[in-house]
Amino acid sequence: MPIRETFWNIPHWAEVAQYITALITVIVFLYGVGHRILRWRKGRPEKRPGNFWTRVWLVVLQVFGQRRTLDETFPGLMHFSIFWGMFVLAIGTAFATVDWDVTHLFFNFQILTGWFYIIFELTLDVLGLLVVVGLGMAVYRRYFTRPARLQNFPVKALEWDDMYVLIMLSFITLSGYLTEGLRIAVTQPDWAAWSPVGNAIATAFLSMGDPTNQTLHLTIWSLHILTAFGVLASIPFTKLFHMIAVPANIYFSSTEPAGKLSAAKVEDGSGVKEWKQFTWKQLLDFEACTRCGRCQDVCPAYASAQVLSPRNMMVKLDEHLWEKTGGHTLHGDIVSAAELWACTTCRACVQVCPAFIDHVTTFVDLRRHLVDLGSMDKMLQDTLANLGRYGNSFGQSERTRAKWTQGVQPAVKDARRESVEYLWFVGDYASYNATLTDITRKTADVFQKTGLNFGILFDGERNAGNDVRRVGEEGLFEMLADRNSQALAKCKFETIVTTDPHTYNTLKNEYAWNGNRPNILHYAELLDQLITSGQIKFSNKLGYKVTYHDPCYLGRYNGVYDAPRRVIKATGCELVEMPRHGDRAFCCGAGGGRIWMDEKDIKERPSESRIREAVTLNGVQTFVVACPKDLTMYRDAVKTTGNEKDMLVRDLIELVYEAL
Amino acid sequence: MKIAVPVKFVPDLVEELTIDPGGTALDTSWLRLIINEFDDHAVEQAILLKERVGGQVIVAMAEAEGADDFLFASAAKGADQLIRLTGDFSSSNNHALARALADLLKELKPDLILTGVQAHNDLDGSIGPLLAEYLGLPYVGYVAGLTAAADMVTVRKEYAGGLIAEMEVKLPAVLGIQAAEQPPRYVAYSKIRQVMSTAKIEERAVASLDLSGGITISRMFQPEVTERATMMGGSPEEVADKVIEIFKELGTL
Amino acid sequence: MDQDIFVVIEHLRGQIADVSYVMLAGARQLTQDTGGKVMAVLLGHNAQGLANSLAADGVLYIDHPALAEFNSDAYQIALASMIKERSPRLVIFGHSSIGMDIASGLSAKLGIPVVNSCRTFTADGKFVSQICGGKIMAEGDLPTPTALITMVPGGYKSEQGQSTQSATMTAASTPALDGIRIRLKQYIEPDTSDLDIARETMLVSVGRGIQNKDNIELANELAEALGCAVSASRPVVDQGWMPTTRLVGKSGKRVKPKIYLALGISGAPEHVEGMSDSQVIIAVNTDPNAPIYNIARYGTTVDMFDLLPVLTDKIKQAR
Repeated sequence: MPIRETFWNIPHWAEVAQYITALITVIVFLYGVGHRILRWRKGRPEKRPGNFWTRVWLVVLQVFGQRRTLDETFPGLMHFSIFWGMFVLAIGTAFATVDWDVTHLFFNFQILTGWFYIIFELTLDVLGLLVVVGLGMAVYRRYFTRPARLQNFPVKALEWDDMYVLIMLSFITLSGYLTEGLRIAVTQPDWAAWSPVGNAIATAFLSMGDPTNQTLHLTIWSLHILTAFGVLASIPFTKLFHMIAVPANIYFSSTEPAGKLSAAKVEDGSGVKEWKQFTWKQLLDFEACTRCGRCQDVCPAYASAQVLSPRNMMVKLDEHLWEKTGGHTLHGDIVSAAELWACTTCRACVQVCPAFIDHVTTFVDLRRHLVDLGSMDKMLQDTLANLGRYGNSFGQSERTRAKWTQGVQPAVKDARRESVEYLWFVGDYASYNATLTDITRKTADVFQKTGLNFGILFDGERNAGNDVRRVGEEGLFEMLADRNSQALAKCKFETIVTTDPHTYNTLKNEYAWNGNRPNILHYAELLDQLITSGQIKFSNKLGYKVTYHDPCYLGRYNGVYDAPRRVIKATGCELVEMPRHGDRAFCCGAGGGRIWMDEKDIKERPSESRIREAVTLNGVQTFVVACPKDLTMYRDAVKTTGNEKDMLVRDLIELVYEAL
Repeated sequence: MKIAVPVKFVPDLVEELTIDPGGTALDTSWLRLIINEFDDHAVEQAILLKERVGGQVIVAMAEAEGADDFLFASAAKGADQLIRLTGDFSSSNNHALARALADLLKELKPDLILTGVQAHNDLDGSIGPLLAEYLGLPYVGYVAGLTAAADMVTVRKEYAGGLIAEMEVKLPAVLGIQAAEQPPRYVAYSKIRQVMSTAKIEERAVASLDLSGGITISRMFQPEVTERATMMGGSPEEVADKVIEIFKELGTL
Repeated sequence: MDQDIFVVIEHLRGQIADVSYVMLAGARQLTQDTGGKVMAVLLGHNAQGLANSLAADGVLYIDHPALAEFNSDAYQIALASMIKERSPRLVIFGHSSIGMDIASGLSAKLGIPVVNSCRTFTADGKFVSQICGGKIMAEGDLPTPTALITMVPGGYKSEQGQSTQSATMTAASTPALDGIRIRLKQYIEPDTSDLDIARETMLVSVGRGIQNKDNIELANELAEALGCAVSASRPVVDQGWMPTTRLVGKSGKRVKPKIYLALGISGAPEHVEGMSDSQVIIAVNTDPNAPIYNIARYGTTVDMFDLLPVLTDKIKQAR
């Protein structure tokens, strides 16, 4: 009967030595993990409450299912192979040990016998092959294809860490196979064929004969055991720690809406000056980073100027914690103001991170400190001063906020004076930008033609504060939000509608509303509803071939992808998607207050990259946007890239207006 | 070094200005006030100086809507003492204001007084030189940058055309600031709020204002646009053609 | 009113500042309407030669080593004694780095009212001052018996304050110039490594409306096509997008090109002061209410980002 003699050829002293090594390994491992945990606890408190089963399911899906990791085929399969291979081998080895040294030893009973044993052997043998393939892919990728995102780490020593993991895992796998092969070569069991790889290796060793093979077996087994324990002990001190940090980070990832930024944690509202002011969750974020670089690949700030790499930020912050600051200051020595201001808060990095790191929150917390110091771009400084004084980023009188309504017939209702069904929160750009007045009026026109009972706040409206908050000026955000909340509290309405995704995001996710949040819609959603309900009926089929740009704060932040697409299709346009669309849409570069900052050392503006992406689409000559800032950004980019004749940037409302 | 910065509010030009029914003054019901931008620079310069050589900064101004906010913001930037003059300033002029400030400054005895070189609503002189004369101190205006020694300051005075004169002025002195060495810094709202709970604004009552030396306005009006530009409309192409025509007419093309 | 009008001549390093001629022109206009003589007041040391170009009925000259360079202490002492002695009807100063340093101080010292930012005088002898960034004019009777004035350019043409016939020069008595607390250490020359925009016959000038540094390239391209230089208004220089040598306005250069193409410039008085003498001003600004249109000959509200590339192309073709 097929049966496993687990410690075949292993003298008793070696078996005992193994358990002593194991004990040392456990001590080192626990010490290392404990050290990490103690350090997380040095961070500020942060609650990640409830949702136990949601969190568990997320861990199962993302760790065992490797869901997000598999978003990219090659690296995904590579990691999947190594993960599942190593996981099963480790479980199998542990199982065999228990089988021999617990059940067999104490109860004289073995599970690994007969057919079960055969299947066990076959599974492990094949999965070992999976690891070899995965590691081969990893070595090929890291050292031969050498993608940019795996190069140029801010901490050079980390390249050794990466290499260490690959060498050790390879050695464990290969030495495991050799041990198996040598055992089969000597014992030559009848069921050897069920371990195809081991058996093949055994054939190679047959000629050497005993006792060479027995000695060799013991030597390699010892090395295998030592390496395996060495790797286990090294987990808390190397990149391998991600095996613990990532599942923990996924478990504790935020279950709040993506668009709700956590408030400044330092009591006085200022940001993070030194690392201990990060929350434990942020510290965990830094440690969970495996520097896979997916974030860097999708980062518009990185693409446009290479100033900011979210990957490098995580690497540097993690390193900063490990070196116990070493006399370095967090701001200046570790992260530069230029890096922090470069972020557009587009959330692409967060969306792709397989470790569920929330880069943006960390960047904003660091920016809050810069704001506290008053250390910022002159243009941004002026804009914030304007927002504080006039409630708009344009520095124009608040009394002229509704100047665009002049001449609109019938007159736009004042929602402060009469009750309306829809309160249109117009936003700064649509209100003040001279080149957008036309679009704003068309929006009013469409609303009126649809018979919508709507009104606006006129000079009672202030900038909603979404990007003020993301710039890091929490105090100003609170003031703006207060003013708007007070103005809204005096109005009677059912639904708030806005054309600005940024306004939409903060109203929906960040305003307090005292538990009584009204219905809040982006105009794309409203138009979609009106079309579905038949309130909007189109008389023209436009027949344009168009592409659509997902605004970050509508798409990634609030998951509104389908409504604008349905509206576009309803106007009779053919929608052709850009390669980067939906949750992978590339940011226009304006978010997070970037539109208020001076662009320095830009190689290619994100908006220009986007237009170049769109012009490659066959036959598409219309670039549809659903955000006033996008309109200005892309109209500009079309000019600066010389594509004025090939691409027309149009607001969603223009299509609707034309099709009516 | 003890540095005093008297500042004043002026009408905010972002808002539309209207003349009151009397026709001799701005309509105050629509008026919104803002810090005179040169005074803002003076505060910044004072704080920069304090950061360099130590000392204390006193910011003083006549009461006005928003004055406290400005004073607290100055404290958040680094001002040590905040003073608000109280009284009826509705019909005040720069001579009266300078006299009131001079009384205060005689008491405070600062080493250096920095104030904005001018304000856009100055009609009867500028505060800085008036103050200097009432205090018997030297005055240099259009200052953009200075270094301080024990009993004197070396200032960079700007002349038209970009010429700069480096001058030594004996202390105590009054300087009219054209621009601080760096733009006035931004103070976060949270910082101002923090300061509000700790900083105190001292009140100084101004019993009566002496308006002598001022002037009387008989009519205030918005300039009529007599020679408005000929506007060129149409598409960018059409406008470009017209511009080129003008170039050709003038023989520059 | 038949009393003399004194004009305090501003000069630096042997050069008469343009505002002096504007003041003389204003004073001449006023005396034509209301009588009296225009007296140029020249303070200096060995500076008689400067009087040659002044369109005045007479020149009062005080020569003293302490007056060799502008010094507000010395100027005030000298002028105070002269004003007390001669009690003129008006003393006109430039609303400038020189005049503003002394006019208000003299007002306080002598108890004589001072009128700031006077732009013009009316035919019936009233002052018209320009305040609130040029948005408001304030009119009033000139205070009696003596008044001090600071004058902004724009109301009178400087040519009318110039003359080829030198006026009679009278040496005025020199008071003791003691207790001077201010000392000129040195002049720091403006950066002359760059070209001098004051000498250009055509300028493409950019203002805040240019939005960012990169867009200046659009103006550069146009200027290159035209074969002229690019200048800027204060906000652009403050941002560091253009060197100070290219600054047009009160604290920068005064320019008088044949054509001044103002791109995204709103027309604040400080800027207008430096370019209002241009022969033809063409303004491009999306805000139809921008004050620049009050002094420009031609204007358009077309977006400059639309206009510039087209214009540059067309000019290249036209060449």
